[in-house]
Amino acid sequence: MSLAEAEPTHGYLASHFETLEQQHQSAALGMWTFLATEVMFFGGLFLGFSVYRFVDPEPFAIASRHLNVTLGTINTFVLLTSSLTMALVVRAGQTGDRKAQVRNLLLTMALATLFLGIKAREYYEEFEHHLAPGASFSTAALHLPEDAPESLGQQAQLFFVFYFFMTGLHGFHMLIGIAVMAVLVVKAQRGQYTAEHYTQLEMTGLYWHFVDLVWVFLFPLLYLVELHT
Amino acid sequence: MSAQGAEPQPNYLTAGQSVRSWLLTIDHKRIGLLYMVSITLFFFLGGAAATLVRLELMTPKGDVVQPETYNKLFTAHGVIMVFFFLIPSIPAVLGNFLVPLMIGARDLAFPKLNLASWYVFMIGGVFTLWAVLTGGVDTGWTFYTPYSSMFSNTSVMSAALGVFIVGFSSILTGLNFIVTIHKMRAPGMTWLRLPLFIWAMYATSLIMILGTPVLAVTVALVGLERFFGFGIFDPKLGGDPILFQHLFWFYSHPAVYIMLLPSFGVINEIVPCFTKRPVFGYRTMATAMMAIAALGFLVWGHHMFVSGQSMYGGLIFSFLSFFVAIPSAVKVFNWTATLYKGTVSGTTPMLYALGFIGLFTIGGLTGLMLASLAIDVHVHDTYFVVAHFHYIMVGGAVMGYLGGIHFWWPKITGRMYPEIWGKLAALTIFIGFNLTFFPQFILGYLGMPRRYYEYDAEYQVLNVMSTAGASILAVGFLLPLVYLILSLWMGKEAGPNPWGAKGLEWEIPSPPTVHNFDEPPVAPERPYDYPLKEQDREPS
Repeated sequence: MSLAEAEPTHGYLASHFETLEQQHQSAALGMWTFLATEVMFFGGLFLGFSVYRFVDPEPFAIASRHLNVTLGTINTFVLLTSSLTMALVVRAGQTGDRKAQVRNLLLTMALATLFLGIKAREYYEEFEHHLAPGASFSTAALHLPEDAPESLGQQAQLFFVFYFFMTGLHGFHMLIGIAVMAVLVVKAQRGQYTAEHYTQLEMTGLYWHFVDLVWVFLFPLLYLVELHT
Repeated sequence: MSAQGAEPQPNYLTAGQSVRSWLLTIDHKRIGLLYMVSITLFFFLGGAAATLVRLELMTPKGDVVQPETYNKLFTAHGVIMVFFFLIPSIPAVLGNFLVPLMIGARDLAFPKLNLASWYVFMIGGVFTLWAVLTGGVDTGWTFYTPYSSMFSNTSVMSAALGVFIVGFSSILTGLNFIVTIHKMRAPGMTWLRLPLFIWAMYATSLIMILGTPVLAVTVALVGLERFFGFGIFDPKLGGDPILFQHLFWFYSHPAVYIMLLPSFGVINEIVPCFTKRPVFGYRTMATAMMAIAALGFLVWGHHMFVSGQSMYGGLIFSFLSFFVAIPSAVKVFNWTATLYKGTVSGTTPMLYALGFIGLFTIGGLTGLMLASLAIDVHVHDTYFVVAHFHYIMVGGAVMGYLGGIHFWWPKITGRMYPEIWGKLAALTIFIGFNLTFFPQFILGYLGMPRRYYEYDAEYQVLNVMSTAGASILAVGFLLPLVYLILSLWMGKEAGPNPWGAKGLEWEIPSPPTVHNFDEPPVAPERPYDYPLKEQDREPS
């Protein structure tokens, strides 16, 4: 770092950047670019799901009926609330309010954990009903019509393949988010985020809102199939 | 700045000699070299597989290897060359080294992420090598389902995992380049003053970040299907194998441009330097590369004309594929116009550049033939296709890579390579390449299918020519390996700018210092600031 640096940077400025502003903007663009790759990653799954549902809508509707819409709705509410608390974290970063940073981070983590708990409860229900795809998969719980062809059960299983993969991947992203927030809580507690330097809070915020947004698409796509057929 | 000017600054090669200082480096120049060593290793591994394939094809009967082994050989060749050599080649080696230098930055925006990308690359490589060593993979580099997911008894899982992992390395590289090019340019380095190599890296990075995740998720689905036996792509279980092909080619066609656009960038630097003229049509060159990146995402279905996709889909994909020819031709015409009445010198990088222009043109024009529905039905899955994409990938991508390595070798190492050996190798590669692959156009047109290890006796003459060419090509590839390594000790000092080239990277010492620029660099008023000649000023 050059000695002639005009503004104080409190050691936050990496040596290959000129200003904190440049460093912050680079991080933001990097995060947005990363989120673009995430959109494409989930996009492949959304495409596969949509194709199979379009080709043969009936089994997907039957299978979707056996998801727990009530728990899904509650979860949607929980997750969107966590987006609010995450927005408050970023706000607290802008104002340099250390206590509010820690408090809202902990709140967000609690809501995220609640979401995962409810999700686990749903998974448990589905395992109990042998709806998890694989060797133990059974169409018994689906109450298929007597004369249903074999393909109906296969396609219903395909629905659950996508359901578990997509929600599982989403849950995995939430776990990563919680882990990152755990680190941020410690750093925020130590007063490392000030009004001049809260890039990490803002980037985590962007990531978290993305994770929420994925769920906003997943919920109607998986749970509310029948409402839009 | 340099108060104690007497003391020479250590350059990036001499600053720290320990193994640790290399393996934990976050200097973009050193990471570029780490990549160079790794992909060179993969290149010769993939080349060894190709050598065995060509040996087997010298005679019509299967006599060198078992048929199963043959399948594993061409798969290893394809997987290694595509994912572990061609895709990382120019971006990860030359791009890493040059992007910050060319735009006047001290490093890439995320140096640690850059190092992480190399480690991810190596982990992916280890998985794939593991697959090759523990019995190989026989699916072809395309991993078509349901064969790959349900039937093949080979190490598909570890190979697929390797490809999945290595994808993230190219995502990280692309992300780093995009942010660096947007945010790290020196004062005055506006978008229209950027060297075209930077435009090429930018276009390539866009494809990397938008295409690679789709491949990753597709490979993950294949893994799920294979591991758990779900019917995602297996028609017997209600899946759709065509969907796999759509998802696969949605990445793998743009991936062709990940391999080719960086070569365009290299040629764009070499041609003006060795004709001592500004590049003709700077804006159209940059636009053409961005157009290729965008159009490249709309043509994947031309790999699937005979796969069972809808006929109308085929028509549209064929139509769109022809569009890619327009920006590609713009580039060839612009290079030709740059050469026209220029002071063309025949140094090694220029030989590669000239070879590239010719071979890429042949590869591109045969691509148009394949984009035509009727011709494609005739030559689909024949050696015509093999010849076509080798003209693009070896004649295009590898020639560009070697040209770039020679062009920037003095900058990277501070030493000159032996010019006479350089020229000899370039010519050997050009002759060997054409002798290997031109006969394959004819073989394919006559109907010899690809991926077979036996063939009708009538095809033997052309196959022997091809194998003979391959051995010349192999010598051509081994030559640079030897003389470039020797030049590290025996080469004469290069000095900052041995070619009289323009660009920020040539204004600093060779090899550069750790921090690249001791004084803040100032962007030139226009890129390729070579003196204008009389005929450039006024139309005569």
